[in-house]
Amino acid sequence: MMDKPLTKNIEAGRAPFNLAQYQAAGGYESIRKALSQAPGEVAKLVQDAGLRGRGGAGFNTGLKWSFTPPPDGGPRYLVVNADEMEPGTFKDRLLMEGDPHLLLEGMIVSAYAIQAGCAYIFLRGEYTDAEELLLAAIAEAYAGGLLGKNIQGSDFSLDIYLHTSAGRYICGEETALLNALEGKRANPRFKPPFPQVSGLWGRPTLVNNVETLCNVPAIVMNGADWYKSLGIGEDAGTKLCGVSGRVNKPGCWEMPMGTTFRTLLEDYAGGMQEGYQLKAFLPGGGSTDFLLPEHLDLPMDYGPVGKAGSRLGTALIMVLDDKTCPLGCIRNLIQFFAHESCGWCTPCRDGLPWVEHIMTKLETGKGEKKDIEILKEMTAYMGPGNTFCALAPGAMEPLQSGLKFFMHEFEEHIDKQCCPYRQQS
Amino acid sequence: MAKINIDGEVYEVDPKNNLLQECLSEALDLPYFCWHPAMGSVGACRQCAVIEYANDEDQKGRVVMSCMTAPREGARYSIEKAAAFRANVIESLMISHPHDCPVCEEGGECHLQDMTVMSGHTYRRYDGKKVTHRNQDLGPFINHEMNRCITCYRCVRFYGDYAGGTDLTAQASHHNTYFGRYQEGTLESEFSGNLAEVCPTGVFTDKPFSEHYTRKWDLQTAPSLCAGCGVGCNINPGERYGTLRRVVNRFNEEVNGYFLCDRGRFGAGYVNSDERLRDSMTRTSGSAAPVLAPASAARDKLHAMASAAIGIGSPRASMEANYALRERVGADNFYAGVSAAEFALLNQILTIYQQVPANIPSIRDIENSDVVLILGEDVTNTAARMALALRQSVKNIATELAEKAKFPLWHDAAIRQLTMDRKSPLFILSPHATRLDDVAAAVQIGTAADSAKLGFAIAHAIDSQAPAVKGLSKVEQTLVETIANSLKGARQALIVSGTGSMSPALIDAAANIATALAGKGENADAKAHLCYVVPEANSLGLALLMQGSSNDLNAAFSSGAKQAIVLENDLYRRAATVDVDNFIQGLEQLAVIDSLKTRTGEQAHLVLAAATFAESAGTYVNYEGRAQHFYSVFKPIDSIRPSTSWLSQGMSLNELTAACAEHVAQCAGMAHLTPGPDYNIAGLKAPRQSHRYSGRTAMRANINVHEPKQEQDENGVMVYSMEGVPATRDAAVFNTPWAPGWNSNQSVFKFETEVGGALKQASHGQRLLTAGGSEKIWFDANVPGSEGDGLDAFPLYHLFGSDELSAHTTAIQARATSAYVALNPADAENLGLQSGDGVQLEHNAAVPFIIRNSIKAGSIGVSVGLAGLNIHNLPARLSLSKAEAWKSPAGWRAANIIVSDKRSV
Repeated sequence: MMDKPLTKNIEAGRAPFNLAQYQAAGGYESIRKALSQAPGEVAKLVQDAGLRGRGGAGFNTGLKWSFTPPPDGGPRYLVVNADEMEPGTFKDRLLMEGDPHLLLEGMIVSAYAIQAGCAYIFLRGEYTDAEELLLAAIAEAYAGGLLGKNIQGSDFSLDIYLHTSAGRYICGEETALLNALEGKRANPRFKPPFPQVSGLWGRPTLVNNVETLCNVPAIVMNGADWYKSLGIGEDAGTKLCGVSGRVNKPGCWEMPMGTTFRTLLEDYAGGMQEGYQLKAFLPGGGSTDFLLPEHLDLPMDYGPVGKAGSRLGTALIMVLDDKTCPLGCIRNLIQFFAHESCGWCTPCRDGLPWVEHIMTKLETGKGEKKDIEILKEMTAYMGPGNTFCALAPGAMEPLQSGLKFFMHEFEEHIDKQCCPYRQQS
Repeated sequence: MAKINIDGEVYEVDPKNNLLQECLSEALDLPYFCWHPAMGSVGACRQCAVIEYANDEDQKGRVVMSCMTAPREGARYSIEKAAAFRANVIESLMISHPHDCPVCEEGGECHLQDMTVMSGHTYRRYDGKKVTHRNQDLGPFINHEMNRCITCYRCVRFYGDYAGGTDLTAQASHHNTYFGRYQEGTLESEFSGNLAEVCPTGVFTDKPFSEHYTRKWDLQTAPSLCAGCGVGCNINPGERYGTLRRVVNRFNEEVNGYFLCDRGRFGAGYVNSDERLRDSMTRTSGSAAPVLAPASAARDKLHAMASAAIGIGSPRASMEANYALRERVGADNFYAGVSAAEFALLNQILTIYQQVPANIPSIRDIENSDVVLILGEDVTNTAARMALALRQSVKNIATELAEKAKFPLWHDAAIRQLTMDRKSPLFILSPHATRLDDVAAAVQIGTAADSAKLGFAIAHAIDSQAPAVKGLSKVEQTLVETIANSLKGARQALIVSGTGSMSPALIDAAANIATALAGKGENADAKAHLCYVVPEANSLGLALLMQGSSNDLNAAFSSGAKQAIVLENDLYRRAATVDVDNFIQGLEQLAVIDSLKTRTGEQAHLVLAAATFAESAGTYVNYEGRAQHFYSVFKPIDSIRPSTSWLSQGMSLNELTAACAEHVAQCAGMAHLTPGPDYNIAGLKAPRQSHRYSGRTAMRANINVHEPKQEQDENGVMVYSMEGVPATRDAAVFNTPWAPGWNSNQSVFKFETEVGGALKQASHGQRLLTAGGSEKIWFDANVPGSEGDGLDAFPLYHLFGSDELSAHTTAIQARATSAYVALNPADAENLGLQSGDGVQLEHNAAVPFIIRNSIKAGSIGVSVGLAGLNIHNLPARLSLSKAEAWKSPAGWRAANIIVSDKRSV
């Protein structure tokens, strides 16, 4: 089972392990091992293991940790980004509902590595099951001496607090998350200063994704080389991958990094439903560029997917079939992103509603030729570097690839003054 | 300096500033919204985008926000190449903006209009529905029209981050972001009026101005001064058809910078008041009906009595008017026109300024101080603009943090994250909670005597030569040490006190602390900043004029004079009613020169209608001894004359100013406040009207179709005309800012040496007082205790209502309240009083009573300056009793009292 460090304790239809069961299965061992080492050694180990951030950006986790300044006696924080709101993404939910103690263990070890005395879980508000399970697990961990003062007789102390989000997509952006946690408007902050230097309440803070931290106990227990060997492509470890859309078995599974999209789609998800053809897919959430069936044999690693013009993102793919209007799909995503814009910078706040308006025009048969030109202009306008954070550039990814791959459909909508897909059905 | 290349041209720029600032300073037109010279950069609007190239080979470059970019030596930038991106920005932020420019108050001075034109956005391609909002009633000062909002966040950044207001916030999100209060209601901040200037478009506009609205280009304006308190903020009032329409800020980097308080902005409406005296009158006796007198007859009568009369001057009259009166009656017969107590305090302050080894800070110096101690002065209510500067001083902690983290100070976004809630220390010793408590490191509630005691102890803790204080509690001793250590470690320490508490001991204590700090810094010449708030626009000027004299109001009352000339002064506001009554009854002739009807004027045998600040020119000397000149905005109508013109015999204002400069000690600087009467450029003088001023030939056509000759201004620098030296070129006065393509007040940078820097072509005023000596002189630390029955009464001031003149303005009245007294809850309970009861204080009629949590037990707050109470001997011990069967007066609006401990009201 050790080739599945994330889901080894998760079994469909069974309640997650409580503390005793979790410990019986070898849980919380990594704390003892980590506490016997210097914090810097743990961080170095994670860096050497090549663990990359699983929230979507794929930055080396240990490297990110290394940017924190040395302790100055003041508070330091670890914040878990559990605000999983990326469209089509449900991997952190699986981990938190399936094995809440794994996240706590990962947090304790990671907090030790960066010498944080306080940790927050910033949880998506709708994840009420996860909330209950995590609160129970935290209480158990305190009772079991795994949290609180002098953990396992060491000098290390840690408190964990669970914070449920009021519900904004932008809270998944780490600095907006920190603002929200402080009770401020969830607008992203300017970087630098980075949170590692001046984060929560101006103190050194690391924000990591749930899945990222869940990898840490196994790395500490089994070492960097073992972790690297889990991947079958260029990246290390395993990854939760999943599929939604018209496939036979939509779901989420742990698999080695570097597994191909085809394996995921055909072996795990059981292929397309009868009567539907794969037209395109979004490889890692709503804010990634479409890929085509010709890309199915790409390994699910950060580099190759980037070279193909998209991003691995969260690695939960959304399948677009041949009976679904791609414009409707894009319009739906844009509507979501326009609504979730925090309202801070102009391109995102006022550009996205305009794009949404045009997409609605096209879908309702009121599109004009000039609209396509405006859409193209908007994708450049809201491109990377032009906005305060990555929300609008992300929102433009399905649109810009859609304009590239589905121009025929865009023109058809205008020529026929209706949505041809709706006309068929 | 760094050399950079912008679109092929090489510029030398200051790398400490951001690229936007430097582009603007180089007269390159680069549009922007969210950046503000006083509030720094946050990178929200994206309008100031430029292209930055990585190196010489880079052809593509990348979009950067110039406001968030520090110019790099040798770097290459392009404004032109980012034009398409900027066009996208303006077009998208305008998709919901209404087409209401013709009916919008901002039209013609709208930064959004200017930037839209500059960005080339002329046609709206967006064809969807606009987002609309509901507006709120934000009280008597500010209109709200949210549909015009372009979401630049300047309003909340000013209101909350800069001015400390908590009731205006950004709400909702995405394209629906809303700026307003959590519910309709009056904006609480004393600086809300600045929203009208900070907002780049017409979301927040000046409500009293709307009631008699005129386009900016149709206003006749002149550089003027606020007469609302002793700070001396520079203002730019506008007139049309003989009425004063509005007041806006006039930039002066030493004093008010970019911002005014609401008393200054909205408190000048008394100029148009029905209570104005418009004609001169005579009375045969104090109780007889007045008879209108022609100006020449009134003037003759005044001059006929002058040789045998005493003159009573005023701290709200100009230097020149006071001086002219002094000359008319002779220095021995000239009296200050302030109570004996206030006269003594002003003299005390002037002497301290002249002798104590400390520097007198300008408002800008106050902003730059990093450790501050306030002794017994409710600065927000007695010198509001100074309070705004004090609020900025606590942000100086960022200087050090930013240096360490290598962030420039203009980078507001980064600085805010670095500093978070950390603040430079500000300590407040006060008899009650103040509006600065939220940024204070410590607030110690105590009577003026308590605060003075602590002050003397702090001085002793810094320098053991300073006299010691006995009998401090352990808690007090700890506080003393904390404050003393903090002050000693300051880069620039500041001690603030003033006349507000009416306590000579407190003023001495402040001086001792500043003296103790001299030479305690990193170098032996280091001096602390020491400043005293004074009550009125020319209080310190009057003190300068009275140096060596002991002629206070009591002396006038006991002079036995039979004839008196009172200049711009209502004696009933200065002394007990019975004393003023006795004085007036003893007079055979009383002449009053004033702009408004007053109780003193109602008994005068001769009343002369005087011009207000808006219709006259002159000099005020502010709290720091800065002499500043104000120009008349418009010619007085009817038989109104400036006081100087009533009083002087053939001397022009210029001659009076020159005479003051020559004959009044330390006032030599007054001679250099204007370019002088001979000023001209090729025969042209500075115009009061814009080149777009409309109706010149038509506005009087209902009277006569012939265009009259333009009014002349004998003072010689400015003309009542649209013709003259172009404002942006060579003009030696800074009137209304305007530049081609820059119609809004943002154009002020065109008049600065660099953005946010010094004005190129105007006087900042002249500081008349030089820093005190180097010798340490100690004041006696014995603080007299209070004696007698009753409670320790101390004065409570109100920005809206306590000032005599602005209280005659409708908008201010809507924010003011009638007189009241306040106790802490325990004392109230002992006396069986509840908030809303009526109480009687000494011999006054009953007034409302309120409970305030943060008042020291055993003391009582007494509102001053508000109608209904006549108490002139504060601080004192007073007794109060419950007034049964009392009903609250019509002018009583308890909710208008906005204090930090307001939950207890």
